[in-house]
Amino acid sequence: MGRNSTWKAVKKHWALYLMLFPGCLYLFINNYIPMAGLIIAFKKVNFSKGIWASPWSGLDNFKFLFQTKDAWVITRNTILYNLTFIVVNMIVGIFLAILICEIQSKIAKKLYQSMILVPFLMSMVILSYIVYALFSAENGMVNNSIMPLLGREAISWYNEPKYWPAILIVVNCWKGVGYGCLIYISTIIGIDKSLYEAAKLDGASRWKQIKHITLPGLKATIITLTLLNIGRIFYSDFGLFYQVPMNSGTLLNTINVIDTYVYRALLQLGNIGMASAAGFYQSLVGFVVVLFSNFAVKKIDADSALF
Amino acid sequence: MLHSKGNTRFQILANSCMLAVTLMVVLPFLLVFISSITDENVLISNGYSFFPEKLSLYAYQYISGQGAKIFRAYGMTILVTLIGTAVNLLMSSMTAYVLSVRTLPFRHAITFYIFFTMLFGGGLVPTYMMYVNTFHIKNTIWALVVPGLMLSANSVLLIRTYYVTSIPEALYESAEIDGAGRMTVFRRIVLPLGKPILVTMGLFTGLAYWNDWTNGLYYLSGKDGQRLYTIQNLLNEMITNIQYLASGKVQNVGAEVNRMPTVSVRMAIAFVAMLPLLIIYPLLQKYFAEGITVGAVKG
Repeated sequence: MGRNSTWKAVKKHWALYLMLFPGCLYLFINNYIPMAGLIIAFKKVNFSKGIWASPWSGLDNFKFLFQTKDAWVITRNTILYNLTFIVVNMIVGIFLAILICEIQSKIAKKLYQSMILVPFLMSMVILSYIVYALFSAENGMVNNSIMPLLGREAISWYNEPKYWPAILIVVNCWKGVGYGCLIYISTIIGIDKSLYEAAKLDGASRWKQIKHITLPGLKATIITLTLLNIGRIFYSDFGLFYQVPMNSGTLLNTINVIDTYVYRALLQLGNIGMASAAGFYQSLVGFVVVLFSNFAVKKIDADSALF
Repeated sequence: MLHSKGNTRFQILANSCMLAVTLMVVLPFLLVFISSITDENVLISNGYSFFPEKLSLYAYQYISGQGAKIFRAYGMTILVTLIGTAVNLLMSSMTAYVLSVRTLPFRHAITFYIFFTMLFGGGLVPTYMMYVNTFHIKNTIWALVVPGLMLSANSVLLIRTYYVTSIPEALYESAEIDGAGRMTVFRRIVLPLGKPILVTMGLFTGLAYWNDWTNGLYYLSGKDGQRLYTIQNLLNEMITNIQYLASGKVQNVGAEVNRMPTVSVRMAIAFVAMLPLLIIYPLLQKYFAEGITVGAVKG
């Protein structure tokens, strides 16, 4: 197509470009300007001069950030929590999906499938209320009803870091497992029924059928979901790590992730240098990780890849 | 084979296992509800419990009597959810329709422009500074609506795929012969035929707006901000206050405690905030499940 005919085609579609305008403009403002704004990580922000006119500071912000213990702690926490979440939710999700699919009663099946998704619909604020109802030192159900039953002393949960990895893993699983479970169920439903018929004729036990038909049938889904989650490994659910532990200072080393660090540095401590350096670090590494994971997804199952 | 003893035993085992899981899902919500109808003094002395010694409807009386703040926040949640979802759907579906037109010049470049926002982003700091310093959305209703308008490029691309695969090309052609403009085609053909995907996407968008509390946390503060609190922001503020008291940072504890709704009222508000979801979910369960399997919440 020559330049002239391209121009003609553009003109012919002018109405479409007009319809495209609001969405593209919105993305420009909401997404592209902040991308350019990442350069504040290299500036010493001076509000009287404005962000663009503020003096450059080179890599100073990064030097300060990586000199602190925090940089290591938030990186470690973000990655370890995410890896644990991926593994735990995958195992529990697959287990429940297989169990639900093996159940014969149609009504029961439908009921379980619906119930398991309910926590997914709730906000982290609601979840923080539930966790607080259980673990509050004074009014919590665990301290008031369960610990006396076990003959144990009450624990000040929100001041004891050692319990929080477990609590967060359980809360995350409780909220998120229904989502993965539904995807696994829809994959299992798609597995060719005749495979099971043939296995039954051969006298294969239920366990053998699961091991040799269901699990291999789920393989592609498992790998794809896992890789997509790994692509997000540098990002966390802010509410889970900020709201659910009630922003408790004593827990900080155990629950601080990159997202909560950036928020605290920006809005509670007013340290724009540190916040922007940590944010830049997250955006950049996150970008590299998502490219790699997508590359891997594409090799396995091209349809599930992002691009 | 189906009626063998082993199978019956397995069915019992599997069902009891799933019943246990179902209980684990339901019980926490039940705890919230029971706490909201528990007598305040019993709550304070015995803690939250499934079997309280004394029940009371005080919390709900308090809400209906003196809950102007709560009603206001509830209204804000509904308003923000309606505006946000409507604008989001209109913008996403219009963009998706344009991208589904195969003859459009630069279609791939534009698709990439939209898609790239899923891979890379500026994160909180530049976004916050831009919205606050350039657009001055702090303590305005826009703070609750604008940052979520095109939740993710993912939804645009999903809607586009739906249009490409389920609206026959012949419909467009006959509309063109009738002399219909692009806007008419969008209104008369694309929107009605795309209803299933729009319902699904709208559901997830609405859910995200209903549950959003971070925008309020970032952009609303002080007296001006409190006027705009959604129900989630209100709940968030209340639980933050308790934590503040516990940490001993507040000097004038007596006054704070008096201003603060009581334990059961907090739980009642939490229950009221999740009630609409608990009512809507069983009715629209099909769409939620479909949305998840097509990947409506991928990014």
